[in-house]
Amino acid sequence: MTDGSRYAPAVRPGSQPAARREPANLGDILERVLDRGVVIAGDIRVNLLDIELLTIKLRLVIASVDTAKEMGIDWWEHDPWLTGDSKALQDENRRLRARLDALESGDRHD
Amino acid sequence: MTDTGTYLYAVTSAPSPGIEDLRGVAGTPVRTIPCEGLVAYVSTVSLDDFGAEPLRRSMEDLDWLGETAGAHHHVVEEVADRTPVAPVRLVTVYRGDEQVKDLLRNRHDDFVDVLSTVTGRREWGVKAYVDLSAPGPAQTAPSLGGPGTAYLKRRQAGLRSREEAWRQAAMQAERLHETLSSVAVASHRHRAQDPELSGRTEAMLLNGAYLVESTRDDEFLKTVDDLRDRGVEIELTGPWAPYSFTDLEVRGDG
Repeated sequence: MTDGSRYAPAVRPGSQPAARREPANLGDILERVLDRGVVIAGDIRVNLLDIELLTIKLRLVIASVDTAKEMGIDWWEHDPWLTGDSKALQDENRRLRARLDALESGDRHD
Repeated sequence: MTDTGTYLYAVTSAPSPGIEDLRGVAGTPVRTIPCEGLVAYVSTVSLDDFGAEPLRRSMEDLDWLGETAGAHHHVVEEVADRTPVAPVRLVTVYRGDEQVKDLLRNRHDDFVDVLSTVTGRREWGVKAYVDLSAPGPAQTAPSLGGPGTAYLKRRQAGLRSREEAWRQAAMQAERLHETLSSVAVASHRHRAQDPELSGRTEAMLLNGAYLVESTRDDEFLKTVDDLRDRGVEIELTGPWAPYSFTDLEVRGDG
């Protein structure tokens, strides 16, 4: 987000400004309005199927846009913390070890 | 004359005064639809903008998406400041008001349940970061191989320490979440945000949402401060409308 601050809600009179510690940035807002809250699917009458698809596929739709990817709006794609899985790293480590072995045996032949 | 739809932002159980001048998506005025003890907050929107096909295109326009999400969120927040609220997901559009009333009638009890869950409680967001790019142990042993071997060895050692750092960080995140959850009524761990989205170079350890009794806000905030004192980089956001704790999934009957 180059300029998330312009999406920060304006300070409103009587809105407990002291409690709003840090202004919400666009990423936080998008995350909430796109991914959370009450999901209403079946009752919608505006091109029901399309809207349903849209709601479900929002992440994919956004992730499919190159600029969005460049801006990092694809938090759903990689999530090492939730999976608790460092498999990719282990795989890479294994590959590197193999390459290292190959290289070292190559050195000996020199 | 263009076709219009009814755009739904949120549902409450009591009308909230002072929203007469509130503007929502595309600058439309926000109004209320009361029905059977519930109140829906809606705007009349043009289907030229909010029909399925136009949406399919404009949802990919990040400027449009940012503005629309901001406007939607603004309405939810204004309502949440006044009364307990169930926020509805972005771009939920009905053919007309009558169908919104059907929703309030058919799902009355579900909404009442959700609203009672969030009454007197607020959602806080806590993100914790760790700098995984911090240098590991120095690699001082001279390498017997060529520069390529030396590089690979360094890289391998780097990977090993990075892996360990991630494991440590994941455990730390679990502890943080437990500590924060102990002061909350409910909690939810969301996916970690990409560094580009979070705007931080450090990896996000924790992206948590915590529903906290308003009477325990101070206690929760103190817990956050204590964690900060223990050297964890923490970002606190909120209070939010209870976006993460209204997981009511409304499926239509037909």
